[in-house]
Amino acid sequence: MSETSTRAWLLSDTPGSRAQARWGRRYQLWLAFRRNWLAVAGLAIVLLMLAMALAAPLLATQDPGVQNLANRLAPPSAAHWLGTDELGRDTWSRLVHGGRVTLGMVVAVVILVAPLGLVVGCVAGYAGGLWDRVLMRVTDVFLAFPRLILALAFVAAMKPGVESAVIAIALTAWPPYARLARAETLTIRNTDYIAAVRMTGASPWRIIWKHVAPMCLPSLTVRVTLDMSSIILTAAGLGFLGLGAQPPIPEWGTMIATARRFILEQWWVPVIPGIAIFLASLAFNLLGDGLRDVLDPKQR
Amino acid sequence: MSSLVEIRDLRVDFPTPSGFNAAVRGISFGMGREKLGIVGESGSGKSVTGRALMRLLPSAARVRAQALRFDGVDVLAASERQMRGLRGGRIGLIMQDPKYSLNPVMTVGRQIAEAWLAHNKGGQREAREAALTLLEQVKIRDPRRVLDSYPHEISGGMGQRVMIAMMLAPNPDLLIADEPTSALDASVQAEILKLIEDLVSARGMGLMLISHDLPLVSRFCDRVVVMYSGQVMEELPARDLHRAQHAYTRGLLDCMPSLSVRRDRLPTLTRDPAWLEPR
Amino acid sequence: MIEVENLNVHFGANHVVHDVSFRVAAGETFGLVGESGSGKSTVLRTIAGLNAGWDGGMAVAGTPLGQKRDRAFFKRVQMVFQDPYGSLHPRQTVDRILSEPLEVHGIPDAEARITRALEEVALPRTARFRYPHQLSGGQRQRVAIARALIADPSVLLLDEPTSALDVSVQAEVLNLLADLRQARQLTCILVSHNLAVIAHLCERLAVMQGGRIVEVLTEGQLRAGEAVHPHTRDLIALSHALEG
Repeated sequence: MSETSTRAWLLSDTPGSRAQARWGRRYQLWLAFRRNWLAVAGLAIVLLMLAMALAAPLLATQDPGVQNLANRLAPPSAAHWLGTDELGRDTWSRLVHGGRVTLGMVVAVVILVAPLGLVVGCVAGYAGGLWDRVLMRVTDVFLAFPRLILALAFVAAMKPGVESAVIAIALTAWPPYARLARAETLTIRNTDYIAAVRMTGASPWRIIWKHVAPMCLPSLTVRVTLDMSSIILTAAGLGFLGLGAQPPIPEWGTMIATARRFILEQWWVPVIPGIAIFLASLAFNLLGDGLRDVLDPKQR
Repeated sequence: MSSLVEIRDLRVDFPTPSGFNAAVRGISFGMGREKLGIVGESGSGKSVTGRALMRLLPSAARVRAQALRFDGVDVLAASERQMRGLRGGRIGLIMQDPKYSLNPVMTVGRQIAEAWLAHNKGGQREAREAALTLLEQVKIRDPRRVLDSYPHEISGGMGQRVMIAMMLAPNPDLLIADEPTSALDASVQAEILKLIEDLVSARGMGLMLISHDLPLVSRFCDRVVVMYSGQVMEELPARDLHRAQHAYTRGLLDCMPSLSVRRDRLPTLTRDPAWLEPR
Repeated sequence: MIEVENLNVHFGANHVVHDVSFRVAAGETFGLVGESGSGKSTVLRTIAGLNAGWDGGMAVAGTPLGQKRDRAFFKRVQMVFQDPYGSLHPRQTVDRILSEPLEVHGIPDAEARITRALEEVALPRTARFRYPHQLSGGQRQRVAIARALIADPSVLLLDEPTSALDVSVQAEVLNLLADLRQARQLTCILVSHNLAVIAHLCERLAVMQGGRIVEVLTEGQLRAGEAVHPHTRDLIALSHALEG
């Protein structure tokens, strides 16, 4: 199929199949998204970083764990593109490998948190009554703790490491999603289209799953994307405090933490992972803003 | 009749992903201090016309006209400052649902007083007095109580009366009523339209009544402009409505179920493609 | 076919429907008319099982109705809502909307049924994979009617099915409803504020005011102006006045 006919197929007002209708809608969203160049830039950076993390073994010039004490804290050079750290390890290689850990943690948190928040919120909002009260009070309990403190307490109780950091962040990150999903569900459940679905005799689970949850997804997606940056920062913060990834695993937050002593003399050592964190957070924020403009049901 | 509104070859287009979409396609009419009805189905461009006259359309819309004048003021060329003087000053707009056009956290009295203060000189007390007088004029039975009520505490019909009072505060020359009674019960509908009619006649204002309801409009207006798909199909005196010539107007009148006549099937409107041709 | 005995509905502390009773025979179309707040839509939604907090007796086809409705009830009773913009799921295609009742009731042969349903309400085949926002108001209401009828119900509840539509589209939808009712031998309850619409479709009607039925009339009595209750007479007078 040539490019123009693909476009015509996607933009057709009279799609011939479910798939065509679905892809047509997605294409319309993409066209709207594409108009916002900042969001496209955010998306590009996110994709680039993810690709870098995935291809880390290919991109790294050296083993990120190999020490060379003779060449510690070296400035960027041809041999070490971004210099070396306090143990003479290649910063560039540690950065791309660290991307795997940091971004991997973010992805893991999102995979844990978004479905949990969605289910809790939709069930509480749709069922109402006792369900709502119990689920929302539990949510409130988690919401009442400062995020980092709760994560700290949790990691301290378990053994520090990537897995417990992920669980700790997930534990503190889901309540806002549950709140958001519940708020959306409350407005959706009183609409006529949900009444019409109830009139088909569908079970409450089916209604929540097939009809309510898809309507909550857009705002949840936006919220998740906007939250990514704070998840990165929390992960980095835990790493910085020594409660996240443990050395010698390269992780951006840990990298800053161990190199913070050199901020005055060899500033590039802590600053480079800082820039990576900053870029990733910014990119996710730009992407989230762009998605909100496109997906927000109140604007369409 | 002195011309209050002059519209010549008005065209309004809205941007879409695939180019511009014409909402109004070259309409012309004029009106003095009379009661003019603009009737058409959804998408006929009737509301857009009213809004173009107040320059209330979104900035993305493309508005062109050979002439779009209100009492000699060129609306397309007027400054934003001049337009603010027109909107809510010399032209009042009453919209469909008072629930959405009244501020829910401000008492009715404050809102009317604000409207009065925006276009009159005076203090808070005079404004409140004026608000009270206005509420009396729109025949609210207990104006003192309504003055201190919030919009959610009053009924839809009452809300619409309050809207009218607000629009009358600056003593406008033209009242644009865009489906003013569609959200109301039939009995309230008649009362509100009668009220608008009386006020318009007593104050010598012009009234532009925009509605989808042909019989209703013909009952309350002097003249009716029938629109279809962004064009004027027919313009005729309201009392001659039953003698309408155009097939579209006839079709609209025929397809309504009637309480007095029993018909097994309702005649449906066959849309003639010729109606779409530029005229 | 439908029996309602001393129905009372409460929304919290508000008593919105008082002792409403009526019967609708099989194949009959019964009208509920009144102004906003008269409780006519509430009665309909309560029959449909969309309101909790009622007492009194209701039965459809001899089966008494409880607070919770089973799947068999929803196979027999269907509803068309007032606002065709709000009653179709905005993220689902017409095809998906129509297949939902079939999936829920486990009705086979979805493909043929959907095609037939679209034909029955005179929607073009090309409409099948469109989203609601790509359809006009009249087309959406046709989709809603197709959805209500696709699982072959015997009772159709109509909540102001044409009041959000232009008059020309209203005529088409009223004709369609009249045809379908005849072809499928449907028992209908039609709620409307418009006496002319009620008179056009219904054999009998009840006039509601303030949550009570004030008068029950036949279509003939309504047209002949044989109403007794002052509220009914007011409504009739208004309706005639607006017809001009």
